[in-house]
Amino acid sequence: MADAGSDMADEGATGPPGPSGCPVTDWSTDFDHTDPQYAARAPEIWDELRSSCPVARSERFGGVWLPTRHADVASIAHDTDHFSSRGVIVSVFEPGPGPVGYAPPITSDPPFHETARRLLLPAFSPKAIRPLEPTTTALCRELLDDLVERAGEGGVADAAIEYAQEIPVRVIAHMLGVPASDGDRFRTFIHRIMETGGQNDAVDPADTLSAYLLDIIEQHRGSVTPRGDLIDFLLDARIDGEALDEDHIVGTVALLLIAGIDTTWSAIGAALWHLAHHPEHRARLLAEPDLLLMAIEEFLRAYAPVTMARKVAREIELGGRTLEPGDWVLLPFPAANRDPRAFDAADEVILDRAKNRHAAFGLGIHRCLGSNLARMELTVAVREWLLRVPDFELADPSAVRWSAGQVRGPRTLPVRLRTITGPSSEEAA
Amino acid sequence: MRIRYDRDACQGHNRCYLLAPELFDVDDDGYAVLRVEGEVPEELRGKAQLAVDNCPEYAIGLDGD
Ligand code: HEM
Ligand code: SF4
Repeated sequence: MADAGSDMADEGATGPPGPSGCPVTDWSTDFDHTDPQYAARAPEIWDELRSSCPVARSERFGGVWLPTRHADVASIAHDTDHFSSRGVIVSVFEPGPGPVGYAPPITSDPPFHETARRLLLPAFSPKAIRPLEPTTTALCRELLDDLVERAGEGGVADAAIEYAQEIPVRVIAHMLGVPASDGDRFRTFIHRIMETGGQNDAVDPADTLSAYLLDIIEQHRGSVTPRGDLIDFLLDARIDGEALDEDHIVGTVALLLIAGIDTTWSAIGAALWHLAHHPEHRARLLAEPDLLLMAIEEFLRAYAPVTMARKVAREIELGGRTLEPGDWVLLPFPAANRDPRAFDAADEVILDRAKNRHAAFGLGIHRCLGSNLARMELTVAVREWLLRVPDFELADPSAVRWSAGQVRGPRTLPVRLRTITGPSSEEAA
Repeated sequence: MRIRYDRDACQGHNRCYLLAPELFDVDDDGYAVLRVEGEVPEELRGKAQLAVDNCPEYAIGLDGD
């Protein structure tokens, strides 16, 4: 079925060249993960490199490596002595020194990393996340009601923009205890962060996410009854007996927004993209709803959205190459997930794959803190879509656009709603 | 058949807990907690194997037969 590779190849895009100013012609010596070709056909590029040049190097971004074998990606993720998280997004700018970093815990190295991470773990454990499922179900149904009403049976809707994109934003707003009436304002902040990479230029300082959150924090402090939301959780948290200062709380919330939104959006979009052109998989999931548990992990394996990065801290050999301190290293978990040495029929989507040690949520100490939340959102989003729109197809395969860079997923996904069913009458599960 | 669980290798991916809740629980931080001591009951052997085969960190193994 080799679907992702070949399907994506059809979606080849042309556009502006990568940061060195020239389009890539040789991926083994000059790759650029921000190039539009990478957006369109990354899985094919990984497959080519894995056999021809498993630890590739490019001089772009001041020197960056791209390992594509599962074994190499895993060894880097587990080796925090040679590889530092002080830089996790490859850029022409030099990140600050460790070990705390600008967005703990994702940019922190041991030993500080554990302090920052432990603090947040209980809020994201499977048992803490489960109570959010009914709300998530309800909001997916609401989005579907609107989408179905607008498009109508036989009509076209954008599953990435009108559905997938909205889900993580609304869930996180709910988790933070942001008033529903502030929804639009909150979404504006988030879209500003997502679209400008966190640089809010030329905006009124009173109208920023930080100012807004400080206000919310004040309201929480003033409230007598605890609300049990994430802001309450952070206000109650202690490091060595000390409460967190407001900057720490605002910073943590900003990290959760940045780490949790376009990642989850991408995963939901990619699963729907797959289902749009695999009617046999739609039919199977509708007939065997329990299969979703394994199918979701398989979608995460095959369409893992997140590639992280590291900075080399100490010289090390990898795949016969010498990585020097200061070099960037991309950690393409999606490429590791498609390595035939680690997975049987790695390029096929097998809904009930029994051996699936996928690395979509990373490996080692930085394992995605939000993985249980993301998994729940992805499960609910796909389940509710299939219940409401059991039959759908890509309206125009050439109109599908994948994002470039380290978070990869469909950003435009027009689908034709071939069959729609009435709104679900059962209570949110 | 007995389950071997390596707490140092476990990173709380929770795949074991989702696939074999009869055999694995999770603590408040999301790390796995073994629910069976000693022999895995006959009817849960398949689930034990499934948990092993889906742990990304190779933190679980099976001993004996
Ligand atoms: C399908 C959706 C998601 C994917 C594929 C994903 C993927 C990842 C990956 C691969 C890492 C490892 C980073 C590294 O090794 O440097 C990571 C870390 C992290 N993720 Fe996610 N993520 C997703 C959703 C979320 C959500 C919903 C949240 C929270 C709201 C979140 C919060 C975090 C945080 C805080 C870290 C840093 C953990 C640490 O450094 O200890 N992620 N994520
Ligand atoms: S699947 Fe592995 S890493 Fe995840 S909780 Fe279970 S034992 Fe730990």
